[in-house]
Amino acid sequence: MTADPRAADGRTIVPLDPSLAPPGTRGFRDAGGIPADQWHADQNGETLVPTHCCFCGVQCGMYLRVDRGGKVFGVEPRNHDINRMRLCPKGINAYQQVNHPDRLTAPLMRRSRDEELREVSWEEALEFTVSEIRRIQQEHGRDAFGVLGGASLFSEKTYLVGKFARVALKTRHVDYNGRLCMVSAAGANKLAFNIDRAGNPFSDILLTDCLLLAGANVGECFPVLTQYVWGARDRGATLIVVDPRETAVARTADIHVALKSGTDSAFFNAVLNVIIEEGLTDEAYLAAHATGWEEVKANVAQYPPSRAAEICGIPAEQVVQVARAFARAPKAMAFHARGIEHHTQGVENCLTVINLCTATGHIGKPGAGYGTLTGQGNGQGGREHGQKADLLPGGRSILNEEHRRQICEIWGIEESELPAAGTSMMEMVWQMQRQEIRGLIGICNNPFVSLPNYAVVKEGYDTTEFHAQFDFFLSETAANAHVVFPVTIWAEDEGVMANAEARVVKHNKAQEPPSGVRTDTWVMCEIARRLGEGDKFAFGSSREVFDELRRASAGTIIDYSGITYERLEETGGISWPCPSTDHPGTPRLFEDGTTYHADGKIHMQVVEWHPPADPYDAEHPMTLTTGRTVAHFLSGNQTRRLGALVEQTPRPWAEVHPSHGFHNGEPVRVVTRRGSEVFPALVTEAIRPDTVFIPYHWPVPTAANALTIDALDPRSKIPEYKVCACRIEHAEAIDEVPAPPVAPGHVAYPETQVSRTDPLPPTAPQGRGTSERS
Amino acid sequence: MMGRTMFIDPGRCIGCQACVSACRECDSHRGKSMIHLDYTDEGSSVASLPTVCMHCEDPVAPCAEVCPADAILVTADGVVQQADTTRCIGCANCVNACPFGVPKIDLQAKLQMKCNLCYDRTAYGLAPMCATVCPTGALYYGTVEELQAERPGVQVADTFVFGESEVRTGVAMVVPAERVQWPVPGGLPVVEINGKDVRR
Ligand code: SF4
Ligand code: SF4
Repeated sequence: MTADPRAADGRTIVPLDPSLAPPGTRGFRDAGGIPADQWHADQNGETLVPTHCCFCGVQCGMYLRVDRGGKVFGVEPRNHDINRMRLCPKGINAYQQVNHPDRLTAPLMRRSRDEELREVSWEEALEFTVSEIRRIQQEHGRDAFGVLGGASLFSEKTYLVGKFARVALKTRHVDYNGRLCMVSAAGANKLAFNIDRAGNPFSDILLTDCLLLAGANVGECFPVLTQYVWGARDRGATLIVVDPRETAVARTADIHVALKSGTDSAFFNAVLNVIIEEGLTDEAYLAAHATGWEEVKANVAQYPPSRAAEICGIPAEQVVQVARAFARAPKAMAFHARGIEHHTQGVENCLTVINLCTATGHIGKPGAGYGTLTGQGNGQGGREHGQKADLLPGGRSILNEEHRRQICEIWGIEESELPAAGTSMMEMVWQMQRQEIRGLIGICNNPFVSLPNYAVVKEGYDTTEFHAQFDFFLSETAANAHVVFPVTIWAEDEGVMANAEARVVKHNKAQEPPSGVRTDTWVMCEIARRLGEGDKFAFGSSREVFDELRRASAGTIIDYSGITYERLEETGGISWPCPSTDHPGTPRLFEDGTTYHADGKIHMQVVEWHPPADPYDAEHPMTLTTGRTVAHFLSGNQTRRLGALVEQTPRPWAEVHPSHGFHNGEPVRVVTRRGSEVFPALVTEAIRPDTVFIPYHWPVPTAANALTIDALDPRSKIPEYKVCACRIEHAEAIDEVPAPPVAPGHVAYPETQVSRTDPLPPTAPQGRGTSERS
Repeated sequence: MMGRTMFIDPGRCIGCQACVSACRECDSHRGKSMIHLDYTDEGSSVASLPTVCMHCEDPVAPCAEVCPADAILVTADGVVQQADTTRCIGCANCVNACPFGVPKIDLQAKLQMKCNLCYDRTAYGLAPMCATVCPTGALYYGTVEELQAERPGVQVADTFVFGESEVRTGVAMVVPAERVQWPVPGGLPVVEINGKDVRR
């Protein structure tokens, strides 16, 4: 990794005498802003605690500023290898959650959904929860109770979620919200390489000659990575963006392929077709390192550029341009994200990108490879250690007898006691609707906003006899629960996360939790103890869980056994596999050309394009696609409470092309087979005329996911968020556009008034509006 | 100035407003952002452009020049400071004088506030908050040599044309290489102003 260029010239800013600091200022730091002794207090008595952002899969390093009273009160950029001081607006404002007035500080409970939630003692909440678990499991069997975890939790906690479900509750039903994130990429990587992670570190982006971003809105979803993208561009790399919208990064791309959502595999098949036609494949690499090439070759012959042009709604020349740019580049990299993964053929879409990298030999070299950009902070780590329906710690399969035996030995249970594989998150909700699952514990997730087809989700949860939720804010889903356990926020505990590079980083504790708040670890262990399994959950801290996790991963591909908290603090992060404490970790995979399949080869897969699940017809001729905006994170439970972020983007909008005759800010009704909602229009040429885009961070009545379809990829079980059939209509009146659901407790910043004003019309949606001149 | 200073590269800006949020966190005006972020061609592009105080050098800080209360100090290193709270009368002369629309007035407090290049940070060798965090490097703090070493071939301009007047600034803007020999018109990289080709 190249160091921060602003510090790389060997220049050290000599700290001035602190007594010379102007009164009220913050003292000094060294050039990079990192005090060498990390845990450092300046002359104002402020402590800087090194940690990472709690949000996306970039995992930017930051310091939390802690006052003399031990309270987090601010943020200071940190010169960590990953982000080199940079932060996006979510990262800068994240600290405001910690002591936010909306924090839950006592358990909430009601015995039936007719009652209001009221504050109760921990004893009462735990007692009721445990008695409901017992009742439901006695009456309807162990599998009638389910657990849904989250990929924003530290890896220690995700490990514990899997163990808690299978050992304490003895249910097979456990899954997590990473199911809504990058499981398609995970499935594709397993099929092709038998290892579920990105192939290269972010720093390789700076070395590449051609960067292909497929369905990855880097500017809004992983803003700090833009620095790497621009760095590549500065060095002359060709930038290719495949996205139905002209995103901020697509705007500057050498080639922007604005294809129709849901047609990615047809496009990438056609690109490979051209690469073959033009003799640009790396036959020596294929012969040595790949299987399935002949079949793939025969299949992509069915996808000439003319066919892709027709399916994807793009000029055929673009297929040729992309093929030449990618294949002729000495080193090329492909990154994808939800844009190609949130589909009923999400796994297949990713496989077509892997086929491209393989056929051109762009794998396993500095500046050449593939990767997926994870949306959640621990999107990578959250799926590695057994929180997923079909996985045991270390990525072991729950269907494999040997793997089951190994884990049972560590957990101290009989193999016969270990439940079978469960079902995916959306399928669990369907089971709740059918009363096959009657009790649920949700741990830091918010399906009421994040799952597709809200009506189905609501019905599933409403049907459930008992629902407990762990959270630090009362999310829309927690508001539906019988019991809400107030748990710690990221800055109040320590633990690790694995970012999109599979680099394990350590988060540190910056303040004590408010009284009345417990760690997720404590709550799970306490419930387990009351269920009679306390001996298997005798964990007093994250560190103790991590030590068991390390042992449980030893010898697997996802080997954490050489990673310790101390090493993480020294190194700033270690990429797995890391099988021993003197092993440096593995930032880049396949450097010797071998994959993790038994034959050491890349298993190329044949992919046939098929249309999305929700068919177009005269009633629903357009495509609805959804995504993120830079100011908000996932279901918005965290960011919709932070003043600066709410002001930046207070509400969702429907992005439509000018050809539909809407004015900016005018109400537009978006109708799908699941329902209709009204949004202010954002009229822009930056979107395809046949497509409408809505950001999904808000609950009903402006929830994109009230409209999306709950169709799943058959392999990864990821929902098809990125494409469903819709139509748009003029809505009668602006008052049909519901008021933005600002979370309670949102603290507004008093903005300085400005004499020089040129405001946009008051109806213009924010987020793309003029920000600072209101 | 052109020692260590701010460089603005609108070609890199993604409109994320990290700079705006960071500016709010800066201790010298905590809770208020002094950055303007414009979406320059809304409806046809997602292009965006941040404006911070340009720290005018020639003529020296029009805002300071017109201030009847002598509240705006220009330091020896060329930083145009925000108004001295003990002097500012909130008359907004500075707002009208600034060709870049930078100073803001808090009408209640009758006080001008503006970007002072995070003087509490830069005086100690740190970059201003906005340029520190900007995820894209659209706001960059350093010397022109450092910038050019990191971004080969990059060209900057520090002279802006407003009609008949030219303003040379301490903060520079990255401009397309072929346009570097001409001043940047009106603070925005366009070629024409009022139908007149300003390159001639
Ligand atoms: S949200 Fe992602 S890009 Fe933004 S600061 Fe946090 S980790 Fe970095
Ligand atoms: S932080 Fe940088 S990229 Fe983001 S809006 Fe500001 S200048 Fe643009």
